[in-house]
Amino acid sequence: MECQECHIRPATLHFTKIINGNKTEVHLCEECAREKGEGFTGSNAFSIHNLLSGLLNFEQPMSDHGAEEPAQTIQCSKCGLTYGEFARIGKFGCDECYKAFNNKLNPILRKVHSGNTTHTGKIPKRIGKDISARRKLTDLKRQLHEHVEREEFEEAAKIRDVIRELENGGES
Amino acid sequence: MSLRNFIDKAVSPWMQADGPDSDIVLSSRIRLARNLSEFAFPVIASKQQSEKALEHIKTRIKDQSYHTLGKFEWIQMDELEPIEKRVLVEKHLISPYLDKDSKYSAVLINESESVSIMVNEEDHLRIQCLFPGFQLNEALTLANGIDDWIEEKFNYAFDETRGYLTSCPTNVGTGLRASVMVHLPALMITQRMNRIAPAINQFGLAVRGIYGEGSEALGNVFQISNQITLGKSEEDIVEDLRGVVMQLINQEKAARKDLLKMSKVQLEDRVYRSYGILANSRIIHSKEAAKCLSDVRLGIDLELIDELPKTILNELMVLTQPGFLQHYFRESLTPDERDIRRATLIRERIQLENSDQSTD
Repeated sequence: MECQECHIRPATLHFTKIINGNKTEVHLCEECAREKGEGFTGSNAFSIHNLLSGLLNFEQPMSDHGAEEPAQTIQCSKCGLTYGEFARIGKFGCDECYKAFNNKLNPILRKVHSGNTTHTGKIPKRIGKDISARRKLTDLKRQLHEHVEREEFEEAAKIRDVIRELENGGES
Repeated sequence: MSLRNFIDKAVSPWMQADGPDSDIVLSSRIRLARNLSEFAFPVIASKQQSEKALEHIKTRIKDQSYHTLGKFEWIQMDELEPIEKRVLVEKHLISPYLDKDSKYSAVLINESESVSIMVNEEDHLRIQCLFPGFQLNEALTLANGIDDWIEEKFNYAFDETRGYLTSCPTNVGTGLRASVMVHLPALMITQRMNRIAPAINQFGLAVRGIYGEGSEALGNVFQISNQITLGKSEEDIVEDLRGVVMQLINQEKAARKDLLKMSKVQLEDRVYRSYGILANSRIIHSKEAAKCLSDVRLGIDLELIDELPKTILNELMVLTQPGFLQHYFRESLTPDERDIRRATLIRERIQLENSDQSTD
C-alpha cells in the first residue's frame, strides 16, 4: 500500500480514527506522518538508542560461569541503576555507573567507537591537573627512550633535563 | 510586527554574518556534553534531584558573562509557551529532547545566539557553539574556552580512562559532536551524492538530511557529523571531519561547474521556475518550498540571479517551519493553513527585497 499523502513511499503507519461514529482510515509513510505531526508520538522511536540497547542486551554468557554474579543484577552503589536497567534504557545513571559496570564496558565501547575504549582527548584543566602532569611525563619518557634507541643523544639529553625539572617541580 | 522586524528577531544574528565557504557550508557546530559528578544524570534523576541540580547550576552560572560573548540569558523551559520552545528548536538553540522530554531544564543563550548551553538535557550540560560558514576550528576553540570557564565552577564527571562521562555511551570520551550543514544541490542534481554518502560513512562520519534524523535531505541540505567520540583527540575528530568536508566542497564546486558548462539553459530554467513558484504560489508545502529555495540559492551562488541576497535560503528555511509560521501569524495553524501562510510569507519576503532595491 502506498502512502496516501506522498504517493511515493509505502505506508508503514496505519491509523483508524472514529469520531462520532464516523470512521476514517489513514495510511501514511513515516516521513509524512512526522510532517503531519499531530497525534504521532515518538517520531524518533527507532533511534540509535534503541539499536544500542539491543546491543547491550546481546550479551553472551561466556564470562558468566557458575558462581559469578549474573550481569543483569550488578548495581551501581551511587545511583542504584542495575546493569539490566542500563541495558534496557541504554543510558548510564551517574558517573559511578562507569565503574560499577566497568567489566562489561569494553566490548560495548569497542562496537560504538570503532574499537576504541580509552580516552585520549582533553583533560579538564582544574580537576585533571595531576593527570595532565603525569601524562606529560610519560610522554616525555617515551620520547627520551625513542631518542636513545636512535642514538640521538643530544636530543635525549634535552628531554632528560625537562623530565628532571618536572619531577623536581612536582616534589617541591 | 513587520516582516523585517520579525526576520531580524527570528534569524539569529550569527547567521546573518558571512563565513568562509558559505556558498556551500551554511554553518559549523561544536557540541560538548558534560556532567557534574555530584548529581545523578538527568535521564534517571528524580524530581528533587533534577531541581537541585538545576538550582546548583543556576546559582553558579546565571548572569555571568564570558569574555566577548556578553551576558548569557537564563531561560527556564517551564516558563515558556510550547510555541516559544518550538521556535528555539527550529533555531537549533535547543534540542527537540529539551523541548519535549526533559524536566527541570533550562538553556543559557548569549546575545548573538551563537552559543547555547542546555541544562538538564540528556546530560547536565550541553555546550553548543554555532558559526556561519566553514569554521570548525574556530567553533572548537570557543567551545573549549567556555568549557574551561564552566569547569572552574563545577566538578565534572571525568575519568582518566573513559574521559568525560556522559549518559549515553555514544558520547563518552570527548563528549564532542562536531557537525557542518552543507548545501549540495549540484551533487544531488548530478546524482553523485548517492555514491559519496556511503563513502563518508566509511570514515566514521554520519550524513543526515536536516531537520529529523534519518529523513531525506530537505532542500539538499545535509548535516555531516562525527560518530566516534572516544579514543581520538578533539583536534583529530575535527580535523577528520574538516578533511572530508573539504573534499565535499571541491566535489560540489566541480559538479556546479559541470552543470554550468554542459546544461546552462536547463539549469537557468530550473532556477527561474523555482523562483517563479516562490514569488507567485499561493499554497506551498514545506518540501516544495525547500526544493525551490535550494534551486534559487544555487542560482544566486552561480550568479544566475542577482536581485536576491545569499542568506535568503538560510533565512527562509528557518522561517517557513511550522513553529515560526505560527509564531509570525500568531495563531495555531492546520497543515493546510500552514501551506497557505508559508506561500504568503515567502512572497512577502521576496517583495521586501524588490522594494528595498527600488528605494535604494
